[in-house]
Amino acid sequence: MSRGVEVNLDNVWIRFGDFVAVREANVSIKGGEFFSFLGPSGCGKTTILRAVSGFLEPSEGTVKIGGRDMAGIGPNKRPTALIFQNLALFPLMKVWENITFSLEVQGFSKVDRRKRADELLEMIALPDQGDKLPSELSGGQKQRVAIARALCAEPDVLLLDEPLSALDLKLRQHMRTELREIQQRVGITFIYITHDQGEALTMSDNVAVMRAGVIDQIADGQTVYDDPATPFVASFVGENNVFRGTVKSIDGEFAIVDTNRSGELAARIATSAKSNLKVGDAAMMFVRPEACNIAPDDAPGKNRLTAMVKHEEFEGQIYNVFLEGSEGKEIKMSLVNIGQNRQSAEGKDLTLEYAPEHAVVLPAGELASE
Amino acid sequence: MRSEGYLLKIFLVVYLLVFFGYLLGPLIVMSITAFNSPSFPKMTPWECLTFEWFDVLANDTRILNGIKNSLIIGVGTVILSVILGLAGALMLTQIWPKMRATYYTIVIAPILIPGVVLGISTLVFWDRINVMLGFETDSFLNNGIFLTILGQSTFIASYCMLVFIARLQRFDTGLTEAALDLGATNVQAFRKILLPFMKPAIGSAAVLAFLASFENYNTTTFTFGKFPTLTIELAQKVRYGINPSISSLAFIIIVLTVIGALAHEIYIRRQQLALANGAPVKAVANGFKLPRIFQGNPAAIILVLLALGGFSTIWFAQVYSPQECILDVREQKRILQQQKIDEIRQQRLQQQQQKKLQGPDIFGSDKKAPSGSGSAPQSPGKGAFGDIFAPKNLEKTAPDSQQDSKPKNPGKGAFGDIFAPKNLDKTGPQENTTD
Repeated sequence: MSRGVEVNLDNVWIRFGDFVAVREANVSIKGGEFFSFLGPSGCGKTTILRAVSGFLEPSEGTVKIGGRDMAGIGPNKRPTALIFQNLALFPLMKVWENITFSLEVQGFSKVDRRKRADELLEMIALPDQGDKLPSELSGGQKQRVAIARALCAEPDVLLLDEPLSALDLKLRQHMRTELREIQQRVGITFIYITHDQGEALTMSDNVAVMRAGVIDQIADGQTVYDDPATPFVASFVGENNVFRGTVKSIDGEFAIVDTNRSGELAARIATSAKSNLKVGDAAMMFVRPEACNIAPDDAPGKNRLTAMVKHEEFEGQIYNVFLEGSEGKEIKMSLVNIGQNRQSAEGKDLTLEYAPEHAVVLPAGELASE
Repeated sequence: MRSEGYLLKIFLVVYLLVFFGYLLGPLIVMSITAFNSPSFPKMTPWECLTFEWFDVLANDTRILNGIKNSLIIGVGTVILSVILGLAGALMLTQIWPKMRATYYTIVIAPILIPGVVLGISTLVFWDRINVMLGFETDSFLNNGIFLTILGQSTFIASYCMLVFIARLQRFDTGLTEAALDLGATNVQAFRKILLPFMKPAIGSAAVLAFLASFENYNTTTFTFGKFPTLTIELAQKVRYGINPSISSLAFIIIVLTVIGALAHEIYIRRQQLALANGAPVKAVANGFKLPRIFQGNPAAIILVLLALGGFSTIWFAQVYSPQECILDVREQKRILQQQKIDEIRQQRLQQQQQKKLQGPDIFGSDKKAPSGSGSAPQSPGKGAFGDIFAPKNLEKTAPDSQQDSKPKNPGKGAFGDIFAPKNLDKTGPQENTTD
């Protein structure tokens, strides 16, 4: 198998009439990387994928694969293979014919094709299923056939358009690990489109978070989660408690925010905001539910807030506590289930505390709508 | 209440009988006339079971030539219409969405235009083209087959397109994209992905096109030139007199259609039955399992009976010879006619004797013996020639009225209309077969 090649989007704009689907996308994906585009539906991530695979030309800017400008090169000439959201297996062809379609159009003999199909079927752990029709396979099996079909074309870049969205939860989790394994085995560049942050974070080397045609942040999963670049990323990736307010003071890495309803709170300034956040700016402070804890005492502090327990949800490894702070501010806290006696009871007032380095301050901006 | 329901049921049964009688009655009557020996297609009186009309049909070169032309034109129309229809349907999926409604209206319009108009315009248009290009008048642009194929395809292609559009609406364009993405060229994607998907639709469109072409009359009638199709030949034949060989052709077509329809029905039912029983698609697609067909499938049983009936008919036709019966009937007719002639002679004798008693007649002419053409003895009560030259007399010689009605009014016509001009026509085919 060929090693993966790099993919670069330079200042790519894609417009449909007056509608701007992708705005000034600059992405550089290293060879052999597992790269994800993460965003809510309709944010333009599939459009970017289609621009990379060649089904549409960017209105502006260039798409380069392996350093080569792809302008004017059709999808059948690009070193990419796309796995479609609905898989798009050819319903009238047998599984092995599906897998080796790319060889058939190149004119390989039936014997060669059959041999290659059997190898690939072995690889995706579906031996002896080659003579079935796709309609006779289960969802997970179809998934694997689609992957084999794409790999059979020996692409330099494999593009995946939400391929797991049709599967049930268990299978999805299983396929995540399997996809990651396959990627590491074949070593080619994977570009993965998803709206499921779990998929993006678990599989990817790097994630691009998109909002309405704009790429808000490109970073590895942990950075995206811990150090979001915009309020949108902070609220879209994982869960977050948002506190709106103004910056009261800045002290090196940290800032104190005068929140609208919960008093003054301290938090770390996000990396992206370090240079431009000033005292008096409208700001948002984010504290993740799992960063909150029940304080040992009731003493007030810049990293403490009081709230009343409304109700609890038990989720197995964690339980979520929904609280109501002053003036009806809703706060969510997640506690790890380690067999302790739970101190929360409905109607009880609690003092929460968090480590300021686990909370971030960002300039006020658009949030992901729920 | 209960009697009301009963009445309703009776009414329903009667209605169904009338309905199906209306639908199928003419076909049944036509089929029966194909086996009756009289030379004019009729069901009653039943004279002799005969297969001679099939012979007549088989030896009718005009009909055979018509069938040949129809087949050639049918195949040509199928090819042209399927290609045009498929192209039109694909175009509809590719065209700019705002144009779609307009485009659809334009390509569907030929269905709404009367076939006569299409026929005339095809003729005129290609004649103009021919003149413009400066070809001879007998160039291929004026060839009947060429014109008929083009003329029929103008609207049959639209039928085909409707079939294709219906199928295309279920096509996932993602499949074409997937093929392209895997390195296929546009042509390969079309041939390997879209075309196999369209296959069933192409089959039904082809059948539709062929049937529409085969039965077409009003467009073809302007364009056929020197290549009359079956429908044209039939129409001309009916104009110049009809014999039961046309019934036998109708019978063959009916039987073929019924067998085809039943076979298709069986195929569909078998598939549904197998699918309902949870059989995999693969098992349904091939193999012909005989015992299963008979389980609760009346269509199968009917088909088998039909096939048996067909075989036994063929066998019977080879063994049975209707000649004797036909001769019998002819002999009977001859005797009957002889009797009538005798009667008339006697009457004439009586009349002559009476006249001799009465003296010379009004014209004062001599009394000639009948010459056979129709000059007849006078019947005194009715005028000089006994009404034999009255214009309506010729029409009155309907074949079934000849035997029983005439002897009852001997005074009306001298020879009981035996020598009426149409009589000769009627006996034509019978004489043919005795040759």
